[in-house]
Amino acid sequence: MTTAVSTLEIRNLHVSVETEEGPREILRGVDLTVRKGETHAIMGPNGSGKSTLSYAIAGHPKYIVTDGSITLDGEDLLAMSVDARARAGVFLAMQYPVEIPGVSVSNFLRSSATAVRGEAPKLRTWVKEVKTAMADLEIDPAFAERGVNEGFSGGEKKRHEVLQMALLKPKIAVLDETDSGLDVDALRIVSGGVEAVRARGETGILLITHYTRILRYIKPEFVHVMTAGRIVDEGGPELAAVLEDGGYDRYVKGGAAAAVTPAGAGAVS
Amino acid sequence: MAVIDATGRPPAAAGAVPRPVRSRDPQDHVVPTGREEAWRFTPLRRLRGLPSGPEADGRVTVTVQAPDGVAVERLDAVDARIGRVLTPADRVAAFATARAGGATAVTIPAEAALTEPVVVRLHGEGPANAAGAASAAGVAYGHLVIEAGPFASGTVVLDHTGSATYAGNVEVYVGHGASLTVISVQDWDPGTVHLGAHAFSVGRDATLRSFIVTLGGDLVRLNPTVDYRGPGGDAELYGVFFTDAGQHQEHRLLVTHEARSCRSRVTYKGALRGESAHAVWIGDVVIGADAVDTDTYELNRNLVLTDGARADSVPNLEILTGEVVGAGHASATGRFDDEALFYLQSRGIPPAEARRLVVHGFFAEVIDRIDVPELHDRIMVSVSARLGESELPDGADPTETSDLAGPAEPAAAGAPT
Repeated sequence: MTTAVSTLEIRNLHVSVETEEGPREILRGVDLTVRKGETHAIMGPNGSGKSTLSYAIAGHPKYIVTDGSITLDGEDLLAMSVDARARAGVFLAMQYPVEIPGVSVSNFLRSSATAVRGEAPKLRTWVKEVKTAMADLEIDPAFAERGVNEGFSGGEKKRHEVLQMALLKPKIAVLDETDSGLDVDALRIVSGGVEAVRARGETGILLITHYTRILRYIKPEFVHVMTAGRIVDEGGPELAAVLEDGGYDRYVKGGAAAAVTPAGAGAVS
Repeated sequence: MAVIDATGRPPAAAGAVPRPVRSRDPQDHVVPTGREEAWRFTPLRRLRGLPSGPEADGRVTVTVQAPDGVAVERLDAVDARIGRVLTPADRVAAFATARAGGATAVTIPAEAALTEPVVVRLHGEGPANAAGAASAAGVAYGHLVIEAGPFASGTVVLDHTGSATYAGNVEVYVGHGASLTVISVQDWDPGTVHLGAHAFSVGRDATLRSFIVTLGGDLVRLNPTVDYRGPGGDAELYGVFFTDAGQHQEHRLLVTHEARSCRSRVTYKGALRGESAHAVWIGDVVIGADAVDTDTYELNRNLVLTDGARADSVPNLEILTGEVVGAGHASATGRFDDEALFYLQSRGIPPAEARRLVVHGFFAEVIDRIDVPELHDRIMVSVSARLGESELPDGADPTETSDLAGPAEPAAAGAPT
């Protein structure tokens, strides 16, 4: 296998979830390569498997890889636990970040930075680092003492996700519908945060989105269209413009791909 | 956390909350058989005969450390201050007062504003690590009377340690306009049996904050009760318990609103771990016909960490007037939220530490309200130890402080293992 530095390679990935009727295949052979510094957008209709791909990369136990491989710098991610993947450089900005009552944002950020960096950051520089990163995302400093995602608005949750990405400096960041539920101001701030991470050139970004709106703020070099668990089209930024005009109809209408209408699509899309 | 509603019942009307016999005479109370509502969760065989009131043959030493101005006295058995707040509702409580032969009294004078807590140390002198009945600590009885005079403010800590078979009553008289915090810590050695009635009387416009922190012992069963002597009273009752394998920890609360315009908040949180860990929480609230403008809410949350543990949680609300500000309850017993653990692990935090963070967070809502710093830290460390964490984790230098990461958050991140 050939691997450049900081490359996420996904080959022939098949992923199933358990349902009451038995296992159901969501991803049906996904191939994708994301290199350091590149920004890729994965676009597709609801239920196409975009979020399943993100959870499979992060290692959520609900998603079972039945075939294929995911490697980061040649290392087998599928053999690693969720936390080991994060320490190896994978970051998932979640679509629905989870509330963790009583665990303060500051405590959480420091715990995760300590884990990912392999040592506790020096307190003095750390405080400054966090304050700067929060200011960049226009986050109120008082936020640090709140419980993780506890009572956060949709925009606050997404800004908190991007804050973590900025601090953890992952090799590969998967942004799962980070644009959903944001008003224009929040979208601008969040996109600015993503752009800042991108500008450092140390992170490969996989931007998963249903809408083209965020692509006005973050310009991907590569656009992939996913339907029915496969990547069915690939191109440059011009592909996003085509999707903006015509939607996904030409990919799903009349094709076998349209057969995927998952019950509980919210859980897998 | 994943929530399983343990009750699903609407608040009930008259008769929802049982009215026990109240008497200082032990013979007026039934000998518990286990069929009584009040005893049905308690393993009677582990009470070492306390319901039959055996003669004391052990000792719980009481020492009081009090700031200047606070009166500490020994009351004899006929002193009128004994029984002013507490009339026993079961045999063990009746025997506790009868056999204690008096009481230790702590009085905060009117209008005093204490800056240091009063610390009452109750130390069981039984053999350490007395696990089996044969080596069990001897029986001891105790009675404490705590009073905050009108417009006084202060904190009283009851610190239970050592090994004992102890029936101990506490009665607390909060004067009009006073503000009193009472923190009772049950940090007993394994093998201790502790039954106690803790009765609080809240004066007009007075504020009571009660903390019950139950960590150690073989069997601990406490009955906190609150009554109001006038309008404007405010009682916040907090509880934290960590029930380990084989332990039985039972907290039975009764808040009686007969005066108008009073407020009560009950928040008890427990974690259970290990085979036959058993926690019981009973939250009874009565709102009498004249108690208009009452505002009450009670909540119990239990976090079940392993198989084999059991939590019983029973809130009862009896409302005899419709004119209330609010009256509600919530009870939930659940496991770790897998999605929360996934979220933490997806940030590189190893599973064991992720669980510690979640449990710390779960308890922090209550423990962080304890504003006696050394006690706050001791309780957090004790909870950590029970989670298999022997010391403050790396974070790590406790002398470093900042507004973003301070020692008040002992879960702040060990290095990944």
